[in-house]
Amino acid sequence: MPDTAFVRSEMLPQQAPPITERGAVKWLRENLFSSPFNTVLTLIGLAVVFFLAQAALPWLMNSVWNATSLKECREIVWASAGPEATGACWALIRERWHQFLFGFYPADLYWRPVLALGLLLISLAPVLYYGLRKASVTLVGTVAALTLIALAMLDHDPTHLVIFALGLGGLTATAWVAPKRLLVLTVIYPLLGFWLLWGGSVWAPVGVAIGFALLVAVYLATKSYLGVVVATGAGFVVAAIWWLAVQTSVTTGLEAAMPLGMQAITSDQFGGFLLAFVIGVTAIGASLPIGILLALGRQSDMLLIKTLCVGFIEFVRGVPLITVLFTATLLLGYFLPPQTNFDVVLRVIILVTFFSAAYLAEVIRGGLAALPKGQYEAADALGLDYWQAQRLIVMPQALKVSIPGIVSTFIGLFKDTTLVAFVGLMDPLKGVTTIVRADTAWKGIYWEPYIFVGAIFFAVCFGMSRYSMYLEQKLKTDHR
Amino acid sequence: MSLASEAPKESFRLSMLIYDTRYRSYTIQVAVLVLLLAFLGWMTDNTIKNLAERGKDINFNFLWQRAGYDIDQQLIPYTNDSTHGRAAIIGLLNTLLIAFIGCIFATIVGVIAGVLRLSKNWLVARLMTVYVEIFRNVPLVLWIILIFVVFTETYPQPRDFRLTDEMVAAGEEPKESMILGAIAITNRGSNIPGPMLDRPLPTIEIATVPISLSAVAFLVVVAGSVLVNRRILARAKAIQEDTGLRPTTWWQSLLVLFAPAIALLMAMGFHLEYPEIKGFNFTGGIAVNHSFTALLVALILYTGAFIAEIVRGGILAISRGQTEAAYALGLRPGRTMNLVILPQALRVIIPPLISQFLNLTKNTSLGIAVSYLDLRGTLGGITMNQTGREMECMLLMMGIYLTISLLISSLMNIYNNSVKLKER
Repeated sequence: MPDTAFVRSEMLPQQAPPITERGAVKWLRENLFSSPFNTVLTLIGLAVVFFLAQAALPWLMNSVWNATSLKECREIVWASAGPEATGACWALIRERWHQFLFGFYPADLYWRPVLALGLLLISLAPVLYYGLRKASVTLVGTVAALTLIALAMLDHDPTHLVIFALGLGGLTATAWVAPKRLLVLTVIYPLLGFWLLWGGSVWAPVGVAIGFALLVAVYLATKSYLGVVVATGAGFVVAAIWWLAVQTSVTTGLEAAMPLGMQAITSDQFGGFLLAFVIGVTAIGASLPIGILLALGRQSDMLLIKTLCVGFIEFVRGVPLITVLFTATLLLGYFLPPQTNFDVVLRVIILVTFFSAAYLAEVIRGGLAALPKGQYEAADALGLDYWQAQRLIVMPQALKVSIPGIVSTFIGLFKDTTLVAFVGLMDPLKGVTTIVRADTAWKGIYWEPYIFVGAIFFAVCFGMSRYSMYLEQKLKTDHR
Repeated sequence: MSLASEAPKESFRLSMLIYDTRYRSYTIQVAVLVLLLAFLGWMTDNTIKNLAERGKDINFNFLWQRAGYDIDQQLIPYTNDSTHGRAAIIGLLNTLLIAFIGCIFATIVGVIAGVLRLSKNWLVARLMTVYVEIFRNVPLVLWIILIFVVFTETYPQPRDFRLTDEMVAAGEEPKESMILGAIAITNRGSNIPGPMLDRPLPTIEIATVPISLSAVAFLVVVAGSVLVNRRILARAKAIQEDTGLRPTTWWQSLLVLFAPAIALLMAMGFHLEYPEIKGFNFTGGIAVNHSFTALLVALILYTGAFIAEIVRGGILAISRGQTEAAYALGLRPGRTMNLVILPQALRVIIPPLISQFLNLTKNTSLGIAVSYLDLRGTLGGITMNQTGREMECMLLMMGIYLTISLLISSLMNIYNNSVKLKER
């Protein structure tokens, strides 16, 4: 029998890892002090954080919310935290929030933009969360509740509130019972929102809606034997005849017979984030279809169409937005018939739409290029015509690939709405803030208004980019 | 069996223009052409009518008239007696100056931030994420205005730097002093030391643009040094491939690169001129407007955030296997980065990087927020308002911006083709 006395017959109990290899010490060693270089980086980072905190924290802690001027703010801060102490003066925001949000929109009508924003989000719910009842009900319910609270704070008439509550409750119920029905709201929202914001006779948007209805009717009736392109053209011709020649007389007649309407608001009363949202949302909504068409045109076999699209896209992408905005205000008047004078906000929206459509077209072209040729050939093999292939096979895949680019174009567009200040509109950043800072009571204030405006922009843009990440995840079908 | 080519030849009917795919595209193109021509004709007609109504014509003669306004930042000489055309060129040079400096520094900031965002250092990675997200999601105009306002409203007036005789007598120091005794930031602008030559070479004028021969000589010397240095390195490489031993070249390179330039500068009497307070403002050195500083800093930080994301994406796009393969071959981490990762990542990074440069160049037009006199400020601003020639000024301005953009993007295409994966 061999002598094996030194062989252990039972396992030793596990020992705890050494102190440097566990818990907070391990984490610190690995994440902050793994090498001399990293240690230096960490120390620099800590110094940066320390200096920022040292400057910003007392300033934030000494915030003043109730004051009527910057001087009063400073006196309050000095009284509470000692002389020469710094403190944020949010009282400015408290006093002027309505200008930042609504510009010079009449104060008693604030419920209209608020309701328009609420309805916008509700009408977006079925698009953003298509087929997801729970998410869409959560969104609609939250938005409806918030809108109602905001309306209750703005308008104290109980009958109005009951009407609003019933309407918003009805929408929430619809989102629960039949989420896809909400798409009806999405379709009519552009005109509804327009009417809520600008007011005036209800028959004008109805007239425009009838034009679109005519377009769709003609398209559906003639599509089967004229083809998509020609049928769309025919629809546009009929609708244009209605809009240009017939609509005015019909709507005036209806207005005379049954006057229905709200107080009309002119565009120069729009301002602040209301203006940024109106321009941003309209341009985002309208630029996507135009961008898709431009991208398809750029890929087209038809030489003329291709040249036109390439020329347009390259031209627009080659000039700064500000020159495009100047074109809207200075040159458009030359290109239109004499004495035409249409709304400056509308002009800006149209040109901003075309501007971002060109960028979108390039993004979507990237998505189209990423698609294997086999997809097109498969569509041909199935006997689909061009538009069917685009709608059913090409676009769903190409758009999915280009989601990050599309959303970052949208974010850029929303940020660029601040540039309308340079053509005399009241954007929240330059327009409103300059007016506010010019007030003698608030002269010398700068951090607070810019932080407020920047924070709202950040929230919206960051939200958009997070949503695009969510959408990418949701639509991901590859198994990697 | 019949093939498509053997299909019976039908006689042409008018309806085939719509129903036959062979002819439909021509129909559509002709229709589009007609509509386009009609639209252009309508617009031209309107423009002619509108111009006639306002008593204007299209005429570029104003470019040779006296401008009559001052531009405070000028790279080539300009007075208010110069022409509108020259003012436009000054503006264009200001645009290009800010775009050039901006592109260089935005790349540096972006690469550092992008690499650090991937760092294993938790704190630094988080800080860089905060930087990138904050700058990407807030409008550029806000940064420009905020930086400008902070500069003009928080920095002291020039008179606070003044040291009067009474203060010397009382042994007092001035309220403010210059940073490192060289840089003075006041609420009017910044003054930084400027390079000066005691014995400069003469300046010659070519087509009213003065060209300093000193600068030309300096550039020639530097270019020559770089060329010689290349020869030295090439020779070293040849020897290495022949014998396997690389000769020591670092001291030769240093000597060739720096000695001639330093010798030339010393011969011309190079020194720095420091700003000095004289009367109510600083003189000497280079005066930098706050509008320039604000626009430049904002552009660098804003574009840097976008570049950081591009760099990060480019590095992440290279699969981990490449690093591992390089390690398996025995390459050290530094050489792995230089020889394996970066060449591949650059192919992903460069095209979007150039398009960021393009964006930066176009965004210099936002100098309007702080009244920076760039191309938009001169040609599309003061000149347009003074002469009332919106049409001509806008056309010229758009044309120039378009030319710059097309130039940059054609350079990008050349580069793209040169680094494209060569598939054979």
